[in-house]
Amino acid sequence: MTEQAMLGEPPLADAPLLDIRNLSISYYSRAGEIPAVIDFSLRLDTSEAIALVGESGCGKSTVAMAIMRYLGRNGAIVGGQILFKGRDIMTLPAHELRKLRGGEIAMVYQEPMSSLNPSMTIGDQLIEVPVYHANASRQEAYDLSLSALDDVGLPDPTRVATSYPHQISGGQQQRVVIAMALLSRPSLLLLDEPTTALDVTVEAGIVDLIASLAAKHQTGMLYISHNLGLVLETCSRVNVMYSGEVIEEAGVDALFDTPRHPYTKGLFDCIPLPDTDKIAKPLTPIRGQLPLPNERPKGCNFAPRCDYFEAGTCDTGPVSLSGDDADHHVRCTKWMTIDFSAESVDEPAVAPERVASAEALKVTDLKKYYTIKDRSIGALISRRGAVDVKANEAITLSAKRGETLAIVGESGCGKSTFAKVLMGLETPTDGEILLDGQPIGATPVRHRSKAQLASLQMVFQDPNETLNPSHTVGWQIARVVNRLSTEYGTREEVANRVKQLLELVKLPGDFANRKPRQLSGGQKQRVGIARAFAGNPSLVVADEPLSALDVSVQAAVTELLMDIQREHGTTLLFISHDLGVVRYLADRVVVMYLGRIMELGLTKNVFAPPYHPYTEALLSAVPIANTRYEKKRIVLEGSPPSALNPPSGCSFHTRCHRKVGAICETELPPTIVTAAGHSIACHIPADELSTVDPVLSTAT
Amino acid sequence: MSAPDTPSAFASNAITRSLVRVLRSLAVLRESKIAIAGCTLVVFWIAVALLAPLIAPFPPNAQIQPFAVPLAAAPDGGIFLLGTDQLGRDILSRVMWGARTVLFFAPLATASAYIVGIVMGLAAGYFGGWADDVLSRVSDIILSFPVLVLYILIIVTIGASGINIIIAVTFASAPGVMRIVRSLVLDLRTRNYVAAAQTRGESPWYIMLVEILPNARGPLIVDSCLRIGYVIITIGVLGFLGLGLPPPDPDWGGMINESRALALAFPHMTIIPCIAISSLVLGFNLLADGIREVSLHD
Repeated sequence: MTEQAMLGEPPLADAPLLDIRNLSISYYSRAGEIPAVIDFSLRLDTSEAIALVGESGCGKSTVAMAIMRYLGRNGAIVGGQILFKGRDIMTLPAHELRKLRGGEIAMVYQEPMSSLNPSMTIGDQLIEVPVYHANASRQEAYDLSLSALDDVGLPDPTRVATSYPHQISGGQQQRVVIAMALLSRPSLLLLDEPTTALDVTVEAGIVDLIASLAAKHQTGMLYISHNLGLVLETCSRVNVMYSGEVIEEAGVDALFDTPRHPYTKGLFDCIPLPDTDKIAKPLTPIRGQLPLPNERPKGCNFAPRCDYFEAGTCDTGPVSLSGDDADHHVRCTKWMTIDFSAESVDEPAVAPERVASAEALKVTDLKKYYTIKDRSIGALISRRGAVDVKANEAITLSAKRGETLAIVGESGCGKSTFAKVLMGLETPTDGEILLDGQPIGATPVRHRSKAQLASLQMVFQDPNETLNPSHTVGWQIARVVNRLSTEYGTREEVANRVKQLLELVKLPGDFANRKPRQLSGGQKQRVGIARAFAGNPSLVVADEPLSALDVSVQAAVTELLMDIQREHGTTLLFISHDLGVVRYLADRVVVMYLGRIMELGLTKNVFAPPYHPYTEALLSAVPIANTRYEKKRIVLEGSPPSALNPPSGCSFHTRCHRKVGAICETELPPTIVTAAGHSIACHIPADELSTVDPVLSTAT
Repeated sequence: MSAPDTPSAFASNAITRSLVRVLRSLAVLRESKIAIAGCTLVVFWIAVALLAPLIAPFPPNAQIQPFAVPLAAAPDGGIFLLGTDQLGRDILSRVMWGARTVLFFAPLATASAYIVGIVMGLAAGYFGGWADDVLSRVSDIILSFPVLVLYILIIVTIGASGINIIIAVTFASAPGVMRIVRSLVLDLRTRNYVAAAQTRGESPWYIMLVEILPNARGPLIVDSCLRIGYVIITIGVLGFLGLGLPPPDPDWGGMINESRALALAFPHMTIIPCIAISSLVLGFNLLADGIREVSLHD
């Protein structure tokens, strides 16, 4: 039977839902043909959820685009087949393809706001789906839409249906997008990083929803993610991709318990686990970086970074997937002989006794309000022109010299505002900041002395914005050296210092001549660290320095940052939403919610009962990429309230699962301080909070 | 391996570097047919302007034989390739010398408008607040006048001369440049590298000129090509209205003006300078489109 004859026929009953065979995809650019996906095979059945995991640039999203036949003008399938219910997607005519897209195959993207049309109500957007794909009447379509909204756990579907996308929160938007995808009763659902843009507590709810979808709606799911922990909670099989190829494919338990490919193993070693810390078991980053698609090595793509590389075996030619059972495949020539357990186990280092040192930073009752002026005529008449946004409210904390203090919280909790106030980029409304005993709070950055500027520097979040794309790396570091230190006068001295700083962050000296666009994300972040340490600072503020980096790069940058900090005795203020990393590297932790400190204490105390109920929920929301741990599931209702109109009393009472009663809504909670200096702002007494079960337990 | 850059080392070989960079980015223009067409037209006129003293067959202001049609024989044995005007001056030679005028004043006037517009835009975008309010309102007022009326008002007030053309163009175009720069700065000033510069205590003007402006160059290069085109038209219009360079020096707009009464009888006298103006403007517009096209694909 020819392929042409197959087209008109009904889908084959015994064919798998999605059968991808030896798919290869290339992009065409100025540099010529760039293979993006090589020899990709996958079989997905109804009600099954398969994950596609890999770091950025590994080709995982390209696969999803190819399934929808959405490759742009410069992309093409150069080999292999994609069979959907036995039909070859590549040969479908345009009108069949239109029925398929959004009908039988639906896709959920990363950014919910850009998936929804901002000028249409959500109801109107949802109605389109059944009207177009199922020829439903508008009334039927509306009823279907309401039940779909109900299905994805949105309270009050009628209100949501009449809202515009900007009137609901990010988590609700993503639920709407999922509802829209499910409305056409698709048999295949493609999810491309559906929770990456969301806060952890919101993510937890969406992950629960996704995990229940496959069974409930009999859809097959292809879940694309960079987060191994999420995959463990949602999928049954995993494909790990590296540089365009699937390098390991197995069931979740097999892959997480006995990874066979050195890259997979390396990825797991890059993720801090709850029982590791920076001294007892440092992370082992994967050395080197992802090869550019047009500079892939001959043979195994991972060979240049692999500890088990063997010349003559690994660099001879393309490696194919192999395995001893039907369920676990590895693209490695040596997987039979590699024994990861034989790795030398280092004696756990003993934590150096911390000498009680002086306070480097002391913040007392810091407040930062932003005034939002309403210039409308109505506001002028009623004389209610200005509203205060309380970004920081009564922040009191201190950090000792050489200590790592972490500030955690979800977006909008005021942690970045705090960093800006500290740096002098914003002036505080009230309160005092002492840096090495000197008050700096009232001095904006323009009026700070050279010594003050040098002693307080910052590492930024987005590696693409941290360096000026117009100037060379060397020029940018040299400028800081010239501005902030006096001991390097001549041009050669400055050039040597630049080289020395690049070496400090383990970059070759000739990187000084490069422009930022010639650097990878991790390398840019290293330059950002070198720049921050150029003036020998006593305090470095790192605002989410890892969150834009890939897992394997994150581990390397984390280790680097801590090494330099230890060497220089610098105090590090580490701002993050990633509790895994915070638990790993921080000495003390501050948990913030809506501008207020909820909990503060030594890391080991904050991460164990007694918890503040918010900390407890945060901990339970963080996915953990290991099958050994069991955790309590606490899914918070709704999303963080707006800082414009914070709840009265305890600001967390609207979402709290341990709310005691009216007192939470009316009175500010007292701050309970335990003997260990661990403070919790809650109405529930410490004794009662201590009896709470720990969030994490090791499965027996 | 060469030594790493320091700010001062950078300055010493900056000229060589930027020259290489300009040539390299010009080479990228090959990818766009539109850019090649635009480049050809512009380079053609630049070559004509540079070589005018060598290749022009007659002195531009010499009155030889009036009302000659194109290809007519000149008394001294040469040929009036494009004919002569009512005063007997060779049109080809005048067009060639006229290219010198327009290609001298148009880029100069545009550059001057850019310097003023960039300074205003940087200040408005970076400082915000009342500085932004004042600068934006001033530019709104200038932009709300019909451009032609504005030019006539300015030139009539301060008199017709080369320098006054530049002043008039600067006055009328700088607000447009300012708006573009301001909107680019509003976006760029939120970048982390600006915050990094602030935290090492750089002055506002250093941040604007060294950290922000270089990253705004892409849209500004495209806009400057378009704007040169408009300025060429403006200079032509001013010449046509008799507000351009004083006669008898050749000026395309002036040539059209002088011959317009005879346009029906001797169309070549008006059409040829018209073609000159349009082809040069078209060249710059195509170049702008081409640069935009090349910058879009990767």
